Amino acid sequence: MNLSKILKNAFLIILASLVLTACATKKTSTSGQMQGDTYTGTDTVKELAKGVPDRVFFATNETVLTTASRETLRKQAGWLRKNSDINVVLEGHADERGTREYNLALGERRANSAKDYLMTYGISSDRISVLSYGKERPVDSGSSPLAWSKNRRSVTVKAN
Amino acid sequence: MLLRYLFILLVIIPAKAFALIEVDITRGNLNPLPVAVSPLSIDNKSKENFRKILKQEDLGSEISIIVENNLRQSGLFNPLDKDAFLQEPDVANLKPRFEDWNLIKAQALVTGKVTFVDEKLRVEFRLWDVLAGKEMMALAFTTVPSNWRRVGHIITDKVYERLTGEKGYFDTRIIYIAEEGPKTKRIKKLAIMDQDGFNNKYLTLGNELVLTPRFSPTNQMVTYLSYFRNLPRVYLLDIETGMQEVVGDFPGMTFAPRFSPDGKKIIMSFAKDGNSDIYTMDLENRIVERITNHPSIDTSPSYSPDGKRITFNSDRSGYQQIYVMDSNGKNVKRISFGNGLYGTPVWSPRGDLIAFTKLHKGKFYIGVMRTDGKGERLLTENFYQEAPSWSPNGRVLIFYRETKTNSKGEGFSAKLWSIDLTGYNEKMVETETDASDPSWSSLLSN
Repeated sequence: MNLSKILKNAFLIILASLVLTACATKKTSTSGQMQGDTYTGTDTVKELAKGVPDRVFFATNETVLTTASRETLRKQAGWLRKNSDINVVLEGHADERGTREYNLALGERRANSAKDYLMTYGISSDRISVLSYGKERPVDSGSSPLAWSKNRRSVTVKAN
Repeated sequence: MLLRYLFILLVIIPAKAFALIEVDITRGNLNPLPVAVSPLSIDNKSKENFRKILKQEDLGSEISIIVENNLRQSGLFNPLDKDAFLQEPDVANLKPRFEDWNLIKAQALVTGKVTFVDEKLRVEFRLWDVLAGKEMMALAFTTVPSNWRRVGHIITDKVYERLTGEKGYFDTRIIYIAEEGPKTKRIKKLAIMDQDGFNNKYLTLGNELVLTPRFSPTNQMVTYLSYFRNLPRVYLLDIETGMQEVVGDFPGMTFAPRFSPDGKKIIMSFAKDGNSDIYTMDLENRIVERITNHPSIDTSPSYSPDGKRITFNSDRSGYQQIYVMDSNGKNVKRISFGNGLYGTPVWSPRGDLIAFTKLHKGKFYIGVMRTDGKGERLLTENFYQEAPSWSPNGRVLIFYRETKTNSKGEGFSAKLWSIDLTGYNEKMVETETDASDPSWSSLLSN
C-alpha cells in the first residue's frame, strides 16, 4: 500500500518534470523565430537579389510594418530604383485563423501597407500592383502559432 | 392526489389520440416521430420502362428510399425498417390496415404509386395518421423521368410541411467549393449537388482559384469570386447554360458577393488602396452604388429578406464585429458585443435571426443572434469552422469545418457540416472531395 503510494508519487514527479521540459524546449524553439507573434526567422524568405529579402511579416490581425519590415522594404526600394525596368506584385496573405472574406480584405491591406512604404521611397505606384490571397496560399501548412506567423506576410514578386 | 392525476391522464390521452399528428420542430430531435415509408407501388410495365430509361431496378422502392433518408437526416423522424412492413405497397396505398402499421409502432405512414404515362413519370402519394386512422394528405404530379430523385424530395417536402407546419428544404441544391491537393497549393473548383449529396457536378476545371459561391433566389444564377488571370473579381454564372461573366470589374479586388432578395442586385466588397467598402451593382442597368464609406474593412454583406436592411462585418471598432444598416447605408449600428471576434453575418430567410461565425479564445463557433444583437446562442464549437448558410426554411445551417494539422503539417481536411437551429442534429454532409463555402438554394419547386 505504502510502496504503491510512493511509486505513484514518484511517477507523478517524473511526469511533471517531463511536461516542464517539454514546455521549456517548445518556448526556446519558437522565441528565436518570433517577436511577439511576428515572424522574425528566415525559413521561408527568398531573395529578390543578393541581400534583398522578398517578404515582410505581420502580427495577428495587424497591418502595421515592424522595424525589420521597414528595413526589408527599404532594401527592396533600393533594388527597384536600380532596376527601373522591373515591376512587382505585392501578394498579401493572412493566416488560417480568420474568416475567408475578412482575410481577403486583410491581405489586401497588408500588401498596401508595403506598397505605401515603397512609394515613400520613390517607387512609382505604376510599377506596383497588389494581389490579396487572404488565407488561400499558406507557405506553412502547420496549425501552430509559428506556422501562422510565417503565413501572415506580404511577398514582393517580380511581375516581368 | 392520486385521483387528480388519473383524471388528468384520462382527459389528455384521448385528446391526443384523436388529434392528427404534429411534429414540434422547435425542440430538437429528442423524440423523432416513428414513420413508415412504404415502397411506392409500381406496375410491371412501368417498372420495365423506367428500368430501360433510368437504369433503376425498382423506381417505386428507390423513391421511397430517398424520402426515408431525407426524413431520417432531418432528425425529426425515425423511419422504420421496411422488413417489418406487413402490407403490400399497392394495397397499403388504397386503404392501409392501420392495426398492422400500429403494431410496428408507426405513427405516420407514407404510401404511393408511380406509373409511366406518355413518356412521363406520374406519382401519387398519401400521408396517413396511423393512430387516428385518417388520411392527412393526398397529392399527385407528373414530371420527366430524369427528375426521379426530385420526386422523392418533393414528396418529403410535402410530408414535412404537413407534419411540422413549416415548408421543407429537401428539393434544394447546395453550391460549394470542392477542394483537392496540399494545403499550400489547394486546387478549388465550383461544384453543385442535390441537398442529399447526389447528382454532384463540377462547374469549373480548377485552373483558377474560386471562392464563396452564392445562389440567386431564382436558382439559375450563382455569384462567386474567381482569380481568373490573377484578377480577383466577382463573377456571375448561369448554372443551366454555363455562361460566365465578370460583374465586379472595378480597379481593384471585388469579393464577398451576395444577391439581393429579389435577385436583381449583387452586393459585394470592393478593396482598393488598403480599404474595403461595400457596393451594390444593379444587374439590369449595371449601375454601381457605394453603400459604406469608412477607412475600416467593411465586408461580408447580407440583405434582410425584405431587402430593407443589410448586415455586414466591419473592424471599425478595432476588431471584427457585426453591424446592421439600412439598405442605403444609413443608420449603421453595431450589434455584436460579446467576447471575441464576429464575422460572416447572414440574415435568416425568416428575417428574425442573423447567423454568424465567432472566434473566441482560439475556438471557432457558429451561432445565431436576433437582429438587434440580443439573444446570442452558440450552436457548435470547433478548432475551425465558418460561413453558415441557411436552409430556405430557416431551420438548418450548413457551414464548413477544417481540421488542425499535426506537427508535420499533415492531416488537413475541409468538410461540410450541418446543424439544426436548435443546436441538435449536427452532422457531416458527405462530398466526393474536401469541401468548403456551402450555399443553400431556395426550394426548386413552388
